[in-house]
Amino acid sequence: MFSFMIESNHIPSTDFIMTEIAILEKIKKIVTPYVQRKEGLEDFNDSTDFLVDLKINSANLVDVILDVEDEFNIEIDTTSMDGMLTAGDAKRIILNKMDN
Amino acid sequence: MEKRVVITGLGIAAPNAVSIPEFEAALRAGKSGITFQPKLNELNFNCQIGGKPDISEEKLSEYFSPLQLRGLNSSGIIYGVISGTDAFKDAGLSIATQESPDWDTGIIFGTGILGVDKFREAIHLIDAGNTRRLGSTSVIQTMASGISAFLGGILGCGNQVTTNSSACTTGTEAILMGYERIKAGKAKRILVGSCGDDGPYVWGGFDAMRILPGAFNDNPQEASRPMSAKAAGFVPGSGAGALVLEDLDSALERGVKIYAEVLGGDVNSGGQRGEGSMTAANNEAVQRCIKAALKSSGVKASEIDLINGHLTATGKDSVEIKNWVTALNLKTSFPLINSLKGMTGHCLSASGSIESVASVLQLQRGFIFPNINCDTINPEILALIPEESIPRRTIDKEISIIAKASFGFGDVNAVILLKKY
Repeated sequence: MFSFMIESNHIPSTDFIMTEIAILEKIKKIVTPYVQRKEGLEDFNDSTDFLVDLKINSANLVDVILDVEDEFNIEIDTTSMDGMLTAGDAKRIILNKMDN
Repeated sequence: MEKRVVITGLGIAAPNAVSIPEFEAALRAGKSGITFQPKLNELNFNCQIGGKPDISEEKLSEYFSPLQLRGLNSSGIIYGVISGTDAFKDAGLSIATQESPDWDTGIIFGTGILGVDKFREAIHLIDAGNTRRLGSTSVIQTMASGISAFLGGILGCGNQVTTNSSACTTGTEAILMGYERIKAGKAKRILVGSCGDDGPYVWGGFDAMRILPGAFNDNPQEASRPMSAKAAGFVPGSGAGALVLEDLDSALERGVKIYAEVLGGDVNSGGQRGEGSMTAANNEAVQRCIKAALKSSGVKASEIDLINGHLTATGKDSVEIKNWVTALNLKTSFPLINSLKGMTGHCLSASGSIESVASVLQLQRGFIFPNINCDTINPEILALIPEESIPRRTIDKEISIIAKASFGFGDVNAVILLKKY
């Protein structure tokens, strides 16, 4: 019984997967107004690069951060922001901040 | 060889009209754009009226992308982009869609102050220790050259792209700067113009100087009274005017309509010496500017059909008239003279370009707009020029040459000469 419970913790719960998908969807919605290469949104996933795939103007990344902060009610410091190049990066930073 | 410079496009965002056909109709009808401003009333201003272009949300979305509209809170940029884009299209120019900009087209678009409301937003955030919340839009909407930068990006211009600033002479000065660059062969086309912000934070300083009329809050359309015996101070206005200046050869090659020719002009300063000061003009400087403008244009005083004056609607209008009379030195006659400010108020840094657009329309369409709110002319003015020189009704008449003048704080002057093409 006890060992089963530990093992089950290694498999992400359905709820958790749903949260990740929902967060990714929200990120997609947030970045959409800043996207200059709309094709990049068609296959939006963890590896989607904001500057390369979506051609977001780098100056607009600070606006994306502010919109993310408002949506998830979190604060993203400058250090975390520097590592936010892909949708996956953004998702990890959001999950991390929401846990804290 | 020096190039001839013509006007091939016009755009306008004035308190009484926001398109060229509407503006022409407003000019002919003597339509006032001065309205009661509830915000100024709330804030206990002495003068609670002003002139603001009326721009709908729908209109905004025709000129700005959804991304540009996010956090856009700079009225000067809104007016400047609308008038500038319209002038560009009116000149039959297409927006550069390719990777390269149009190297032969530049922008000289002035302003007095830009993005004041945006700056206020920033100040509140900064003072609350929240600087990081400013986002990326604060700088581009508050830098003076924000207007030329916005237009440069929207239109894709690759020649000189800059913003000039010289208080109320800004717009007329921009025309001369563009004219000189094209004349020298350094550009084929320059979109010139000027814009100005509005609202309490721009107009408050003038209200505090007690130079705005406070007795017309219930009847705003009667407040701005250039050359009138009852002139009571200038009514604050805002907006933008834009003109495409073009090398005549380029315009002929493109086969586009030509509104008028810029014959020349002059800018100078009275150095705040003599009767000149930060806020008043040195009369000798004004007269020298008028004379130098005529000389540079190769125009004789007697050839001027119409003067579009600076004439702000203060008691000092008579001093301006005296300067024209002295500088032109016409013994027996005086040209017609009018002031747009009766309809728009004093649009400050935008005034020179808005009034130049009005001047070009009068030349090209053959009419002279009326001086409104001027039933009883200031007797000091009547002692200088005949009443017939001050039309109070629209006159349909072909005219050939207009002198347009703007004078500004800092004791700076600009006069240009325009000719029907």
